[in-house]
Amino acid sequence: MKPAFSVIFLTTLIGAGQGLFLAYYSAEWLVMLNMLQPAGSDYTTLAASISFLLLVAGLLASFFHLGHPERAWRAAAMWRTSWLSREVIALPAAMATVFAYAVIRYFGLDLQVLTLGRIPVSLSTLVGFMAMLAIIALFVCTAMIYASLKFLRQWHSPLTVLNFFLMGMASGFTLATVLAVATSAGPFGYFSAMAVFLTLAALMSRLFSLSRNLNLRSPSTLQSAIGVHHPTIRQMAQGAMGGSFNTRAFMHTYGAGVVRLGRRFFLISGFVLPLLLLFFSEADSLLVCAAALLLQFLGLLAERWYFFIEAEHPQNVYYQMIS
Amino acid sequence: MTQLALVIDLNTCVGCHACVTSCKEWNTSGDAGPMVDRNPYGAEPTGTFFNRVQTFEVGEFPDTQTIHFPKSCLHCEDPPCVPVCPTGASYKRPEDGIVLVDYDKCIGCEYCSWACPYGAREIDEQQKVMKKCTLCVDRLYDESLPEAERKPVCVLSCPTSARIYGDIHDPESDASRAINAAGGYQLMPEWGTQPANHYLPRRKVSIAVHEEDLQRVDNPLRKEDRGQRAPTTRTTLDDSTSW
Ligand code: SF4
Ligand code: SF4
Repeated sequence: MKPAFSVIFLTTLIGAGQGLFLAYYSAEWLVMLNMLQPAGSDYTTLAASISFLLLVAGLLASFFHLGHPERAWRAAAMWRTSWLSREVIALPAAMATVFAYAVIRYFGLDLQVLTLGRIPVSLSTLVGFMAMLAIIALFVCTAMIYASLKFLRQWHSPLTVLNFFLMGMASGFTLATVLAVATSAGPFGYFSAMAVFLTLAALMSRLFSLSRNLNLRSPSTLQSAIGVHHPTIRQMAQGAMGGSFNTRAFMHTYGAGVVRLGRRFFLISGFVLPLLLLFFSEADSLLVCAAALLLQFLGLLAERWYFFIEAEHPQNVYYQMIS
Repeated sequence: MTQLALVIDLNTCVGCHACVTSCKEWNTSGDAGPMVDRNPYGAEPTGTFFNRVQTFEVGEFPDTQTIHFPKSCLHCEDPPCVPVCPTGASYKRPEDGIVLVDYDKCIGCEYCSWACPYGAREIDEQQKVMKKCTLCVDRLYDESLPEAERKPVCVLSCPTSARIYGDIHDPESDASRAINAAGGYQLMPEWGTQPANHYLPRRKVSIAVHEEDLQRVDNPLRKEDRGQRAPTTRTTLDDSTSW
């Protein structure tokens, strides 16, 4: 498939935003459960705001993908059948709850609403819980848009969902690490350890899907495409001289060298280098953590680019040669 | 239930593109607005088409066959392009099985084109909405047209009658008869989309022509040997007409 750049930015930006919120929200629970030292100052407002901004940025990027962005509201209609429609609902839901969470924290509207056993649960924790549900739903919806297309064999796998989740979480925790270092607040140790763990997990899962896709063959051949069962079929004409939507939207034009380079780059920059940098980072090494974040984000952009390159659309068998 | 469809006979299609041009003409002039044409007279003409004819060469020289292959939306009975559409702009009509796009609802997200394994959908670069073959739904029920013309325009324009239109759920329709008689098949059956459009395969055609077919030996009207016949007493047909 041809990489759709607005979609590449959409999925990576919201992934990082979702991961960031879950990083801080999970830390909040760990503090409540006395498994983590409470941090000195309240850092969650900032984190939730950044998470919100990333979700907004992703939404804006997605508009560039549409021919008619002014009709985008219509896309919520078919949630019963379409994962894209479900994403269109989950994204604003996540945005609204994360925003509400940030507002409650900022204005100190935090009342205690209930107690779970002996743990007091405040309003923000409750809203945060809804945000968490929306964010997890959003991860699933975003990935299922691709994973549900059974003709795109490289995407049609539970690994797609796992990859989207792990990569979003990894970049979110890396961002959380940077924020913790920059504000000198927040559980740096927890964030960096989780960032290392999630990046490693994402790397494993991505390598697994890379090797799965290596030997994947589409069941569609020119023979089944036109229904002629001769082993030798040569296309003489595509029915269009100057190309068509079919030749522009479903094929990438990158050479094998660029594709190989892209794959190496995303594996090294998206996973290996951030792993090393985060592993050796300290609570005061802002530069190292920021470098890890930057490299990882660039690497994940390249990963999403490669995700499109990797997918082979069956319609391409009808377009083997222009003449 | 009705499922309107085309049956395309690859055995007779000569690749003249009459269906392509008549399709473009009919649909670009319709209510739905023009179908974009970029560079129509330049070196790299491109634009929106609902139907295209591709050409394939099968076999190895000198034993080759040229196959002209018209390609358009197949109006699948289980269309994967429909459930993925987030707006409901893509839908399959329950009454006749035609798969359509509502251009006023489509947001141009291209998701349906990703879901169609045949590449039958195209974004119109000008209107920024998804377009595809409508089976000339604006002709089929138009009572201002003579009944014989209430068919897809490609069917009417095909000079070799390679395109047959009809209800494939009605075993008595021309389309069903053609499918049954000539072994009609579906494209990429491996995906389970059950395309409604069928294709008729290439088949060997041979006609045995016998001398008697050209020259009837027992022609009752033969006049070559008139005059040498035995005289009859009754008036014959020959006598009362002016042969
Ligand atoms: S051919 Fe493609 S566009 Fe047409 S109904 Fe089937 S899946 Fe949908
Ligand atoms: S491009 Fe239009 S018809 Fe296709 S899925 Fe998007 S909204 Fe639906």
